[in-house]
Amino acid sequence: MAEAPLLSVKDLVVEFPTRRGLVLRAVDGVSFELRQGEVLGLVGESGAGKSITGAAVIGLLEPPGRIAGGEVRLKGERIDQLDRGAMRRVRGGRIGMVFQDPLTSLNPLYTVGQQLVETIQTHLPLSPAQARQRAVDLLVEVGIPAAERRIDSYPHEFSGGMRQRVIIALALAAEPELVIADEPTTALDVSVQAQVIAVLKRLCREKNMAIILITHDMGVIAELAHRVAVMYAGRIVEIGPVRDVVKAPRHPYTRGLMGSIPDPAAEADRLTQIPGAMPRLNAIPSGCAFNPRCASVLDRCRRERPSARVVGSSEVACWLDDEQLRRSDLQAVVAR
Amino acid sequence: MIAFLIRRIAQAVLVMLVVGFVAFSMFRFVGDPVSIMVGQEATAADRAAMAERLGIDRPFPVQFARFVGNALNGDFGISYRVGRPVMDLIQERLPATLELALCAAMFALVFGIGAGVYTALHRDGALSHAAMTLSLIGVSLPTFLIGIGLIFLFSVELNWLPSFGRGQVVDVGGWKSGFLTQSGLRSLVLPTITLGLFQMTLIMRLVRSEMLEVLRTDYIKFARARGLHDRAIHYGHALKNTLIPVITLMGIRLGSLVAFAIITETVFQWPGVGFLFVASVQAVDVPMMASYLVLVAAFFVVVNLVVDLAYYRVDPRLRTDHATARS
Repeated sequence: MAEAPLLSVKDLVVEFPTRRGLVLRAVDGVSFELRQGEVLGLVGESGAGKSITGAAVIGLLEPPGRIAGGEVRLKGERIDQLDRGAMRRVRGGRIGMVFQDPLTSLNPLYTVGQQLVETIQTHLPLSPAQARQRAVDLLVEVGIPAAERRIDSYPHEFSGGMRQRVIIALALAAEPELVIADEPTTALDVSVQAQVIAVLKRLCREKNMAIILITHDMGVIAELAHRVAVMYAGRIVEIGPVRDVVKAPRHPYTRGLMGSIPDPAAEADRLTQIPGAMPRLNAIPSGCAFNPRCASVLDRCRRERPSARVVGSSEVACWLDDEQLRRSDLQAVVAR
Repeated sequence: MIAFLIRRIAQAVLVMLVVGFVAFSMFRFVGDPVSIMVGQEATAADRAAMAERLGIDRPFPVQFARFVGNALNGDFGISYRVGRPVMDLIQERLPATLELALCAAMFALVFGIGAGVYTALHRDGALSHAAMTLSLIGVSLPTFLIGIGLIFLFSVELNWLPSFGRGQVVDVGGWKSGFLTQSGLRSLVLPTITLGLFQMTLIMRLVRSEMLEVLRTDYIKFARARGLHDRAIHYGHALKNTLIPVITLMGIRLGSLVAFAIITETVFQWPGVGFLFVASVQAVDVPMMASYLVLVAAFFVVVNLVVDLAYYRVDPRLRTDHATARS
């Protein structure tokens, strides 16, 4: 594709210096690209570095965390080195963000309208009346009934699902090209989840907006994402089209992850588990970070870190050869 | 809202009745007012006449009812010590105390919130560390020591500011104000700092810790993610959420500013009601003491009412008596 991708993250490294002088790498050499209108799922266990990757892209790492290497480009322009003011304009302006907990993400002391208008006027040169009209339109767009009236309500007067819609409206306030949604449905009821996903899906289609969807809910990924990146211990182990990654996972870790999702249709009475636990950031093994838990581990896995290589339509970071990765009968990580 | 107001006012009336009862009991149980008033050489007839004049020959409930009735009309009896109506004395002295308390409260609020926000935003700055250390002194030093220290430094050594009294006052419709003359304003400085310092450091530490707490919340993170200006985030979103506990504290503290102005007024010979109270205690002037008690209680009650209304203003979640669960 000749056109520059909307977002390109290359060899991103995020480090947290600790008090004892130790430096923890939460994200270690993550690369991915995102086209306009594309939804990329970012999955993995808690602590795999999904949220930190999202925060690094939007420039919201909590100190002392910092980007220690790599680059983030938005439409070809580097945004990881912008000064505070310029980065602030990117945040909310070109990249929106949706957080996990709708109950705590809104300021309880301001009406929904005040928060929307404030955000709109920060990024767009609109008069108060125009900004308010836009706020109403946004609420209508995310499916808030009687938006004209509800705009003057306070957050506590909305239910969880409605608040998440308001938060999506806030993230969309300035028509961003990219939205980073960090666990947007985790705190919601299942039925409300479906509604929120539908809203995101529709907006993505209508506005040709790209989404980075951070979640550990494979159901949400399957519903919404075009491509998915699987993270493990701060690295992407497999990235590819959702269908391939979910139905025909290549990397042993991805296989384990998919195997651990309950499937009501399957007759299996036990779920597959991956033995062991993800390493702590201060004890990431050399070579492939997954090697202590991998059933197909090779000698090389303990010495050298695999880099991503193309396998079919995906990219996989594993030393097993293509033949082995393709074999669907490879019971790489099935525990007893 | 109306129901809430009525409930609060009913509570306030109850509190005032209880305080009134305590104040009234002082008449009965603190010494013998008749002996104090008529002196040693009085005859039994003199004593009876005085008892009748003071109304203490009647049964207890009747006396209490009369006390409450009189109090409602602003009549708190006659000072044993001065021989003039208590209310007149208090009215003369009240402006001095109220002006001092107002200045101290403003001083505490402005500097307390300012320093609190600053130390929260620049947590590791040298100035913040200095302010936090100084605030420990403010919290731990007793008022009279601060007052004497200030007098020593600014009046005795530097000779910048007066060490006692109100300076020149201007009578504005019966209210003697020290705000309008230079000497009046200069006289206010040291007592204001003395009275307000403790409250200021308290507010500063409260605002700081609340602010740090609020800055960690999701809605502040979300506000940042929306690209709002730092100014809007810090002063619009964070500070407003910080103010609720500050209002609570200020409500309690404003009452005590008036009540405990006694020490500051004594140190600076400030002609306010606190100073009057100290003189009355020394003379066992029961009507004076009782009125002071009622006055301070009334002040606390009013301030608390105002604080509750201020909550209403700041926090929309309290306004939803009828509007909840619309979602």
